[in-house]
Amino acid sequence: MENEIVLELPTDVRSIEHAVDYVMRRCDACDRQGHRLHLNFRVGLTEALANAMLYGNGHDPSKRVRVEIVVANGEIKACVTDQGVGFDPQSIPDPTTPENLLNPGGRGLFLMRQLLDEVSFNDQGNQVTLVLRLDPGPSVLEGGAPA
Amino acid sequence: MSFQVSHNDGVTLVEVEGQLIVGNRQELKQKVLEHLEGGDRKFVIDFSDTGYIDSSGLGVLVSLSKKIREQGGELRLSSLNEDLRTLFELTKLDTLFKIADTKEEALEGF
Repeated sequence: MENEIVLELPTDVRSIEHAVDYVMRRCDACDRQGHRLHLNFRVGLTEALANAMLYGNGHDPSKRVRVEIVVANGEIKACVTDQGVGFDPQSIPDPTTPENLLNPGGRGLFLMRQLLDEVSFNDQGNQVTLVLRLDPGPSVLEGGAPA
Repeated sequence: MSFQVSHNDGVTLVEVEGQLIVGNRQELKQKVLEHLEGGDRKFVIDFSDTGYIDSSGLGVLVSLSKKIREQGGELRLSSLNEDLRTLFELTKLDTLFKIADTKEEALEGF
């Protein structure tokens, strides 16, 4: 894979599966740890795109989502930007607490944080950056915070 | 994603093929709710042929479980692969559902 992929996606959740499949195929060429890439990174990117379309762009088909993937320095970085007003990531409650376990939503950001090495937002809250390091240990769960 | 619905001694078995994700989760929800409204109360959703469930798909399973319980029924899951098990464990949804290794095991004693 070349060092950078840039995609502009419509706000259509049906496009997420195809977009993620495309990125994963392109990443295969540089993949030395398939499981971490294909679970941790795949889940993180899918969740970031879903959040951008559903909550960021509010299902508005006139808005788009920009995805930039960069592979460099032993890590893969994905930057997902929507055209919404942004949100406060600290406002999302922990979905694993007993009072939240039965909530239908709120697990996307949690999974990103669990499975990626770094998850950060811009000040506006309409851009998330995901980082997965390609060189450390063999366990899938070592990609992010302890489970 | 596609799915097949069959009935096994009073248990409605839904076998999902493909990914259960944000783009298709409503199809599964609608189908299960149709059967719930039709009087079915015991459900098994089998994921033998499912590679991935995203957070929206997990949310639909939680929502269905609540609705089925409200009607006095139960939703069980079966045949989660290693990756899906990981997602259920991370989100602690493995504590919410009875999860069997196979659909046969899920159907037994339901």
